[in-house]
Amino acid sequence: MTRMAATRDGYGQALLDLAENPKVVVLEADLGKSTKSLHFRKAYPDRTISCGISEQNMLLVGAGLASSGYIPFASTFAIFTERAFEQMRNGVARPNLAVHLCGSHGGTHTGTDGSSAQSIEDLAIFRTLPNVVVMHPCDDVSTKSLTMQLPELGKPSYMRTARNKTPVMYDGRESEIKIGKGMILREGNDAAIIACGVMVSESIKAAELLSNDGISVTVVDMHTLKPLDTDLIKSLVERCGVIVTAEDHNIIGGLGGAVAEYLSSKCPAPLEIVGVKDRFGESGQSDEMLEILEISSPFIADAVKRAIDRK
Amino acid sequence: MTFVNSKKITKASKVVGHGKFLKATFMTMEISEIKEFARKCRVEIIKMVYRAQAGHPGGSLSEIDLISALYTTRMRVKPNDPKWADRDRFILSKGHASPGMYAVLAEMGFISHTDLKSYRVLGGVCQGHVDMKWCPGVDFSAGSLGMGLSFGMGCAVAARLEDSDRRIFVMLGDGEIQEGSIWEAAMAARHHELGNLKVILDRNRIQNDDFCEVQMRMFDIPAKWKAFGWSVKEIDGHNMNEVMEGLDFLEQTNDGPSILIAHTIKGAGISYMENNPSFHGAAPNDEQYKQAMIELGEVSA
Repeated sequence: MTRMAATRDGYGQALLDLAENPKVVVLEADLGKSTKSLHFRKAYPDRTISCGISEQNMLLVGAGLASSGYIPFASTFAIFTERAFEQMRNGVARPNLAVHLCGSHGGTHTGTDGSSAQSIEDLAIFRTLPNVVVMHPCDDVSTKSLTMQLPELGKPSYMRTARNKTPVMYDGRESEIKIGKGMILREGNDAAIIACGVMVSESIKAAELLSNDGISVTVVDMHTLKPLDTDLIKSLVERCGVIVTAEDHNIIGGLGGAVAEYLSSKCPAPLEIVGVKDRFGESGQSDEMLEILEISSPFIADAVKRAIDRK
Repeated sequence: MTFVNSKKITKASKVVGHGKFLKATFMTMEISEIKEFARKCRVEIIKMVYRAQAGHPGGSLSEIDLISALYTTRMRVKPNDPKWADRDRFILSKGHASPGMYAVLAEMGFISHTDLKSYRVLGGVCQGHVDMKWCPGVDFSAGSLGMGLSFGMGCAVAARLEDSDRRIFVMLGDGEIQEGSIWEAAMAARHHELGNLKVILDRNRIQNDDFCEVQMRMFDIPAKWKAFGWSVKEIDGHNMNEVMEGLDFLEQTNDGPSILIAHTIKGAGISYMENNPSFHGAAPNDEQYKQAMIELGEVSA
């Protein structure tokens, strides 16, 4: 039985484990219970700064701390990180201050709160900022592992986590996860699916559907969107010939966009992008959202077939 | 004595106990010497903006008496070690008024007077807006309004976490406090009782397009800060005796954040720029440049 867990819990556990570094500080904007920084707050209240419901302030308090030698971890909902985009741009990324921003409850998968809470553009906007590393891990193990690597990064980062539980991919493989290196989870030669976040497990399901039709696919967890693991993508093109991307995010500017930028300029190959088709979500259960937005496993499988037809 | 560019102006230095870390020295000046320091800075401001034929003279001239007094009598800094971890911080949140800060940094010895010629020039340390990645002595990359107070709050939290008694000075513009994020930071700084966070508000009454009163009435500004829990004092930002009293107030208020509201004149010191919204962001022409140099006593009429 596959263990189920939420990526935000991996983030919360990592903060606790990082606390032995006295320079690690946590910033909250009234959502610590949700982003899971609350565990750190309870254990280390002196190193937790409540910024209130003030995301713009939080980002720059982090910048001031980073400029003074601290390692700030700031979190809120993914959608509200966007409110502080210009602070991230001008006050964090531009001076290259290592503030680590976590946006939880990202994507339509966050569910019943509806479209106001379903960030489908966060990966795109933060990917446009020089110096910023952008991540969207798929399970609690990789989330924890990536978060634990951030103090050594020396530059700012954005990580999207998710509210709801998804299948755990990496139990016992924590040491294999590295920022900037995609992970091959399943091997096949007919097509390669590159996915992030909740869509990784959907892509595994799609691969199983396709195997019933005699189609074998490689599935990659591209937990780091920037810097993009282009060496891996190149090898996937050489092996499989066609690429499908899958993300719980607008088809504009996210993982599909990043892969398209690389393929079209360096390594031309047919590409199908599975994602939210430039529309807003609505209230619904997580699995219902993936269905209604046409990004669940059957839609990924269809995209693989379309890609193969383009060979 | 850590102040290296002191050959003409230093009278005495104080030695200040500095937490458990270091002894630091800073310079003190007589009022007349600060005025001369500020006059020289005004000359450099006009030269920078004239050479570049771009930039922001008005707000640089309104702030310059305040920044000159702050650096020459209060700031615990080492111009020859600008990254000294336990230095006082100065954050020019109104980062477009950079010529004023660059002039002070040059007079203090953080950068050279030759560096001032790089203002707005490709590759220059004097970027259009103050930038910590380009210019020694600049503690924050500003230029986008409403950000410096939050950044300063982060620096203040860091100082407290380290049990350091370094102070964080932030200069805001009055138009700038129309940004909502200023009030996020104002609320948070008092919530966290950051007595090491000290703000100077350059109340010059003019913003980019017009007088503040026309663009966005702000009503009772001191009452707003008081309502957010700050200690408030108002002064004439060009009367050096009042400026010194105001800086005393900031230094002596340590039980919570404090703000010195300095009533200033946009373009102060150059007759045709004073209270003239046109010189918020415009350079003098040849004739105006000559007149400015006469008014500043650099050349005779």
